[in-house]
Amino acid sequence: MSARTEPRWVRNLLITVALGFVGLFLVVPLVAVFWEGFAAGVKVYWDAISDPDALHAIWLTIFAMLISLGINGVAGIAAAWAIARFQFRGRSLLITLIDVPFSISPVVVGLLFVLLFGSSGWFGPWFKAQGIPVLYAVPAIVLATLFITFPFVVRELVPVMQAVGSEEEEAARVLGARGWHILWRITLPNVKWGLLYGLILCSARAIGEFGAVSIVSGHIPGKTATMPLHIELLYNDQSGAYQYNAAFACASVLTLMALVTLIAKAVVEWRVERKQRGDGIHA
Amino acid sequence: MSTRVLPGFRLSLGITLLWLGLIVMLPLAALAARAFGLSWGDLWRVWSDTRVLNALWLSFGIAAAAALANLCFGLLLAWVLVRYRFPGRRLVDALIDLPFALPTAVAGIALTSLYATTGWLGGPLHDWFGLDVAFTRLGIFIALVFVTLPFVVRTVQPVLENIPNEVEEAASSLGAGRWQVFRRVILPELVPALATGFALALARGVGEYGSVVFISGNLPNKTEILPQVIVGKLDQFKVGDATAIAVLMLLVSFILLLAINVTQRWAQRRAAA
Amino acid sequence: MYRILFILLMLISTGSAADQVLLNASYDPTRELYKELNVAFIAQRPGIEVRQSHGGSGKQARSVIEGLEADVVSLAIGLDVDEIAKAGLLPSDWRTRQPGGVSPWTSTIVLLVRKGNPKRIKDWSDLARSDVVPLVASPKTSGAARLAYLAAWASAASAHPGNDAAVRAFMAGWLKRVPTFDAGARGATTTFVRRNIGDVLLTWENEAWQAAAESKGATEVVVPSMSILAEPPVAVVESIAKQHGTLELATAYLAFLASPTAQELAAKHRYRPRDAAVLAKHAAQFPPLKLATVDEAFGGWAKAQADHFADGGSFDLLVGGN
Repeated sequence: MSARTEPRWVRNLLITVALGFVGLFLVVPLVAVFWEGFAAGVKVYWDAISDPDALHAIWLTIFAMLISLGINGVAGIAAAWAIARFQFRGRSLLITLIDVPFSISPVVVGLLFVLLFGSSGWFGPWFKAQGIPVLYAVPAIVLATLFITFPFVVRELVPVMQAVGSEEEEAARVLGARGWHILWRITLPNVKWGLLYGLILCSARAIGEFGAVSIVSGHIPGKTATMPLHIELLYNDQSGAYQYNAAFACASVLTLMALVTLIAKAVVEWRVERKQRGDGIHA
Repeated sequence: MSTRVLPGFRLSLGITLLWLGLIVMLPLAALAARAFGLSWGDLWRVWSDTRVLNALWLSFGIAAAAALANLCFGLLLAWVLVRYRFPGRRLVDALIDLPFALPTAVAGIALTSLYATTGWLGGPLHDWFGLDVAFTRLGIFIALVFVTLPFVVRTVQPVLENIPNEVEEAASSLGAGRWQVFRRVILPELVPALATGFALALARGVGEYGSVVFISGNLPNKTEILPQVIVGKLDQFKVGDATAIAVLMLLVSFILLLAINVTQRWAQRRAAA
Repeated sequence: MYRILFILLMLISTGSAADQVLLNASYDPTRELYKELNVAFIAQRPGIEVRQSHGGSGKQARSVIEGLEADVVSLAIGLDVDEIAKAGLLPSDWRTRQPGGVSPWTSTIVLLVRKGNPKRIKDWSDLARSDVVPLVASPKTSGAARLAYLAAWASAASAHPGNDAAVRAFMAGWLKRVPTFDAGARGATTTFVRRNIGDVLLTWENEAWQAAAESKGATEVVVPSMSILAEPPVAVVESIAKQHGTLELATAYLAFLASPTAQELAAKHRYRPRDAAVLAKHAAQFPPLKLATVDEAFGGWAKAQADHFADGGSFDLLVGGN
């Protein structure tokens, strides 16, 4: 039994090093964001986050996130249904293609939409003729965010749906239930934690996107600046002594959202563990 | 899993293909079209530009170094989180995902302010060791270590959790010391997960922009990452050149990932033999 | 379905309760100036909004051509506005249609150095010293960079009259020592002041004075013996303004820039106002400077652009590719 565990001192050393690494690389930057945000005083902090341009940026960021959640959520459920419940030719290829947005640099994603909607792009001239601005306007920001958050929901749903199995759904089908009924009443409740997890990941990514949006937005404060872009504008701004702190104040708002994301993920994981332990009894 | 007992195959596949086609394949097709529209002369001119080559080398080199660092620390973190109990373990486990959840721009400015010569960490490093971090390659390295931290941890954790006790106990009952058990029994089980984590970290590190662009000096040929070169071309609206560099980046990434995949399969076959 | 979605997005994206909104696409260092100017303008015409976008002058021009819906442009160089005219977005005789003239104020290029001027940089000729690291934005995208380039060229040309080879050697010498070319003047200032890169920054007069003040003495302004005349133009982007229904408002905005209120604000930010009375009042802060003009020294902007900044021009040849 003795070689099953390491000597006590090795254990403690490893834990200390691990905690030190986490502290240095994760905790210290977190603290720094809030510190710099408040370093010039609470008034500067408050002015920064209640500034109309900052509020619009928050609104625009959440807007892009909600659209991504909605469209990629629905498409994700559809894709997970097709992939997890059926075998068909090209299934592996489909899975690979769905993962593509993960492996593309955000800057290249921005380039993709410039190629589509720029003045010499495929669709640019048509939209321009219609008077619909795409590039350097909100639509391009939304499209870039949609591209980048495309895989998240599918990837979380497929393993969960495979693990849950299709017996209940097939049984329902045999008993005469219609497709939507099966999906709504049986499938989704069974996979709700996986779905929620995917939606959480999707929203975090949507809020945090910077590179792609930086290329396709016009950086117009109060119009086409998302929160990360607004933070960049403030950070590079030298017009006032406190723009630097204002940037961190806005950054702290996003950091709080990120921390909420982490808490939500932890809660979902805990629920899933509980469910698995519960299911183990009657599997 | 059965085919076609369940309804909705055509509808779900149809929606999937339609949306995938519109939002992912269509933009990529535009890139391919533009890339094929470039002459070989143009491609060669862009690909052989020293500035591009230096950025390529820098991006891949530092991303690889960061992925390696996270290979070691990721393994350590996964081990500590899975095998040991200590106060705050759940908190640390949740924190590991911070680089995934935190916007890259926020990470960028936070790290820059920390490691500048006037920062909490950069100040001591500069004064005591003469080490400059912000606006140097070391800064880029630190930023990439932060950004790719969760990859190895999260791929190794599930595998580590599922290693059956019996294997280790059998090895130790046969007289193996603890380190031997780790090296000969546990580590080989983890190699696929480690390789996957490394590959993911590398892929992410090469393309990373937001967290790096603030802390790197963006000095061409010295501290300029490849995505920054693309942005520079787009600033001048040289879309063709930007496309050429993007294609170069995708090609090299693809080759690297393929190599890692092949190596991993070879290692697995050797281990099984 | 897509059209509905886009119309919805457009409605949401205007995001303001104002009757009319102007977008002013400006060059990089003018943020502070237009912040104050816009406040003064809105005070005169309540209920409207003015939004700003900033970036290197050439880059902004191309953004407008690519689809940035600016009603008004206020750029660094007339040439950049000509590019927008060439794309058909404003009439090619835009210079004659301005209520307040082509440019409401002028400016020039000066040098910004470190505190105490440790490298003792006094004039353009000091750029030739091998221990001096100059910093300037990219002539491919920035107006200030192009002006600084031409100012340096002109100074060398007057020091070595008729000797083109010597001028080129001088330019190549200092250009090769520039560590990085930012996309805009403000970016270059950030690199110089915040990242501590370079010994001397070649930038706008107003930008240099502002940076010196903001840096609380860590940087100083050095006025060279000669420089170049800059006439940053403003123009209404008529096709976009007509589409938005803001033509009258945009024209009024330009007229406002020539008004005494605006001229005073410009002088306060160290732009040289056209209004003679205002200029005289602030004469103390504008040191006399021998100013070359692009027309005299370089045969006009179109020729200068073609000779120096277009692909294959002197900048590309002397620095060796970008």
